[in-house]
Amino acid sequence: MTIIIKLFRIIYFLLILLFSTSYQLSWAEEVKTMASSIKIPSVNDIIKNANRVAYYQGRDGRAKVSMTIMDSQGRSRYRQFTILRLNKDAEDQCCGDQRFYVYFHRPADVNKMAFMVWKHINKDDDRWLYLPALDLVKRIAASDERASFVGSNFFYEDVSGRNINEDIHELVETTKTYYTLKNTPRDPKPVEFAYYTMWIHRKTFVPVKVEYYDKKGEKYRVYEVLKVDTIQGFPSITKSRMSDLRTKGETIIEYRDVKYNIGLPDKIFTERYLRRAPKKYLKKK
Amino acid sequence: MIKILLRRLHILLLILALLVSVVYAQDEPSLPSGLGEDELKDGEEPALPSGLTQSGDKGSTVEPALPQGLTEKPEGPPDKEAEMINNITKIAFDMTGYWDARVGVRTQQDPYEKDMSLGETRLQLEIERDWTMATFRLKTDLLYDPVFNHHRIHMEKGQGWLDLRETSLSLTPTSFMDVKVGRQILTWGTGDMLFINDLFPKDWNSFFIGRDSEYLKAPSDAIKTSLYSGLVNIDIIYTPCFDSDRYIDGRRISYWNGMIGRRAGRDAQVRVDMPDDWFDDDEVAWRIFKNLRGYELAIYGYQGFWKSPGGTDPVSGLSIFPGLSVYGASARGVVSKGISNIEIGYYDSEDDSNGTNPFVRNSEFRFLLGYEQEVAKDLTVVIQYYLEHMIDYDNYQRTLPSVSRIADKNRQVVTLRLTKLLMKQDLKLSLFTYYSPTDNDAYLRPIIHYKIDDHWSCDVGGNLFFGKDDHTFFGQFEKNNNMYAGMRYSF
Repeated sequence: MTIIIKLFRIIYFLLILLFSTSYQLSWAEEVKTMASSIKIPSVNDIIKNANRVAYYQGRDGRAKVSMTIMDSQGRSRYRQFTILRLNKDAEDQCCGDQRFYVYFHRPADVNKMAFMVWKHINKDDDRWLYLPALDLVKRIAASDERASFVGSNFFYEDVSGRNINEDIHELVETTKTYYTLKNTPRDPKPVEFAYYTMWIHRKTFVPVKVEYYDKKGEKYRVYEVLKVDTIQGFPSITKSRMSDLRTKGETIIEYRDVKYNIGLPDKIFTERYLRRAPKKYLKKK
Repeated sequence: MIKILLRRLHILLLILALLVSVVYAQDEPSLPSGLGEDELKDGEEPALPSGLTQSGDKGSTVEPALPQGLTEKPEGPPDKEAEMINNITKIAFDMTGYWDARVGVRTQQDPYEKDMSLGETRLQLEIERDWTMATFRLKTDLLYDPVFNHHRIHMEKGQGWLDLRETSLSLTPTSFMDVKVGRQILTWGTGDMLFINDLFPKDWNSFFIGRDSEYLKAPSDAIKTSLYSGLVNIDIIYTPCFDSDRYIDGRRISYWNGMIGRRAGRDAQVRVDMPDDWFDDDEVAWRIFKNLRGYELAIYGYQGFWKSPGGTDPVSGLSIFPGLSVYGASARGVVSKGISNIEIGYYDSEDDSNGTNPFVRNSEFRFLLGYEQEVAKDLTVVIQYYLEHMIDYDNYQRTLPSVSRIADKNRQVVTLRLTKLLMKQDLKLSLFTYYSPTDNDAYLRPIIHYKIDDHWSCDVGGNLFFGKDDHTFFGQFEKNNNMYAGMRYSF
């Protein structure tokens, strides 16, 4: 009997040993797999990457942009322009100075007008407008960044990027697909929103949806990405929509013929090419 | 025995726990709070746009997934919209233009002019062709003007049924050089509706009767050569035969006639002796310019003639365009929250270098300081101070015939432009005001412009002159106060 009891005791200890090691192993594995699957970058890295994907991909780029602006009664306006962009500081990296050249095609009354922006991070942008009918190079005063861009529901800031230092970014949630960020302005005075929420696709960092809330906590403005194409390896937003929930108006923006690293020289962004459109770079090749 | 039973139970429980833990470990790990996928919140999460979804991506709203590597081509059959856009673009690059009709009336009687200040319809057509090294551009207005009722074409004056705005060939012979030859519109300088170093022809008649502001600029027949380098850029414009302003001559706008000492119009049209010998009566304008970290700096030079009549031939009584050289400089850039500009110019009236000839305009020093800022959303304000300082004023005073009205030594003008955009920028309200405290006169240009849709637009505006005296710059036009309305279809 004692032998049986002893045997039981041995088996008991062996089992405990086995159990504890195997349990420890599986636990360790669990933690390990968990950690690898949810390795979360810092909020700063997330917002920087989202901005990189939205505004800074490659060294430079060209796109033919069409905007359809619709009001609540279904009346629509159409804008078409070609946009050239050059990163001044670093390739494929947020968030340095940039150069933009916008050449308008439609509507007819703005055909051949050119708009040039030297976007600065630490001071107001420099902006020029060229009016071909007068051969006039007009300097444009830095406008409210949250004023409509060419009469659309998009603001200047939505088209060229909001300075990431102007908001406090908090990661409020991480799901399998998204990082959800809450962004609160450091200075609420110059902006119309109290905060905005961004859903950033974890794999590509595409900011898929942005919702703006007013001071009463009501959602009044929504940005949604409708289509993404991978172009030259860059996940690129090729169709998106900005909706104004108050006026029920919306603008759909589409990017066609997107091409990166076309070798844009810095000199394109000068008075010379305002007066004389750089057709070589504007046209699809 | 009970002890043994308890131990067995214990072991059994341990084995069970082990089994459970193994099974559990094979499932996906649950996430710590805050990182987990909250089923309830799934509905709030945006669905992935096409292009980001992947087949087999559990949990996300399933959309037709793009296969990996599908790039550049849109999904599905070719987009009708895209085709349409391409067609539109094709047309846009081939021919563009507009049809415009406008009427204007004087708001008071003018004994020397018609009651209708404006009544015309025009079709502007523009064609552009690009080659690798060159661009050809043709822009012409076909015009019907029953008010002016003068249909014979005059290419220089822009009169008659055809006004050729541009016929030019742009070439880039080397990477650092551009050349543009032919009829073209030319502009430089920093003023807003005030010009010091821009001595290219202006059409003051168009400006004062309510044509689109693009008609303030009249074309030049010239060769423009531009040289670019890292250090500075140079523009040289050679006009082989003098292109004057389309100046106020009394046919459309009544004016102060110093010879007869009263306002005059169609009854006493300005008759001129125009310098018109090719290569003798030529003009050269140059500019050296540089953009220094966003600050645009330039120096200018001009050799030619006063662009509007600047004197009288005492023998023939004809108005003349005396020789003129201008040297100037300008700077423009961001100051505080807006744009500031400064421009100076020395007008050397070559045919009256010491100011003793009463029949030729004296030399002048001109100065301009401006500031522009967006003061509220879609509301822009531009203020400018402008000075014309007459040089050799003593000689002017001494030699002036006693009957003549005497001009001030300093003519000062302050301008204020207010521009407000409303209704998603479809409605533009603008008011441009010139006010001269020295001349005691003013000129107001209110304009309401509305874009009906992507093609149609209309505008209503006025040109209102006020003045204490009849002979001052703006005061002389007091009888030309007018209101106008226009309609335009752009294509």
